[in-house]
Amino acid sequence: MKARVHVMLKQGVLDPQGEAVRHALGAMGFAGVKGVRQGKVIELDLVEGTGEDQVRDMCEKLLANTVIESYTIEMEQMG
Amino acid sequence: MKAAVVVFPGSNCDRDLAVAFRAAGFDVQMVWHKDADLPAGVDIVGIPGGFSYGDYLRCGAIAAQSTICGAIKIHAERGGYILGVCNGFQVLTETGLLPGALLRNAGLKYICRTVGLRVETSASIFTEGYNAGDVIGIPIAHHDGNYFADEETIARLKGEDRVAFRYAENPNGSRDDIAGILSPNRRVLGMMPHPERAADPGHGGTDGVALFRAMAGALTEA
Repeated sequence: MKARVHVMLKQGVLDPQGEAVRHALGAMGFAGVKGVRQGKVIELDLVEGTGEDQVRDMCEKLLANTVIESYTIEMEQMG
Repeated sequence: MKAAVVVFPGSNCDRDLAVAFRAAGFDVQMVWHKDADLPAGVDIVGIPGGFSYGDYLRCGAIAAQSTICGAIKIHAERGGYILGVCNGFQVLTETGLLPGALLRNAGLKYICRTVGLRVETSASIFTEGYNAGDVIGIPIAHHDGNYFADEETIARLKGEDRVAFRYAENPNGSRDDIAGILSPNRRVLGMMPHPERAADPGHGGTDGVALFRAMAGALTEA
């Protein structure tokens, strides 16, 4: 069982890195980009029986700083 | 009066902070991040600058979960004093002892230079050696010093006179030019600039000395 946690800066929090990427894309001639937000993906390889509620607890306590970041969790059953 | 300076893997201003505390008359003990307790009788804990745990995940995030931080939280709950500088400020926000968070500098660059810092309140043991309105020269050295908090938190900090320092010229995009803030009981100060790097004539500036002397003065009387 794996979990994939996406952590993004909240709307309204300035993302200077995303802004720099947007700028670079524009300078390269990619005119079709209005905005860029940069986040991170954290993959967790879970022990059998570790549920989404525990992953949520991990997000609240460590993986995301909810003052500035929001997160989403994807639970993934490995075949 | 006793000070404890915390050492995390990756701290690099711990000894500078200890030297500044000692010069002001403190007994200083270094404490390791794995220590479960602070030394007995510690009045103030210094959380130094640096790159604790390599700044992995977020600056200060892993340090905030360290064993010693449990003891630091208990110290704070008992009304103990804490000074967090630079990475120490980031650790204090990550532990929740101070509100807000420190984001990547708006200009994306690591900035290392002396800046003008306006003292906003002299009502704390950290700042009573200055007059409100004084502008002092203190070095900054950070990549993630862009203070962020929601409007409500900023309003509360202002309303409760808890903004200790503002940048005279905002170098990093911090909301409301905030460089340092106090806890509700005014006993915890977090600041991005490094007063311990302006604490000896050899540093090229001594504007930080008054901060350490004021703490020593207040804690001697106590």
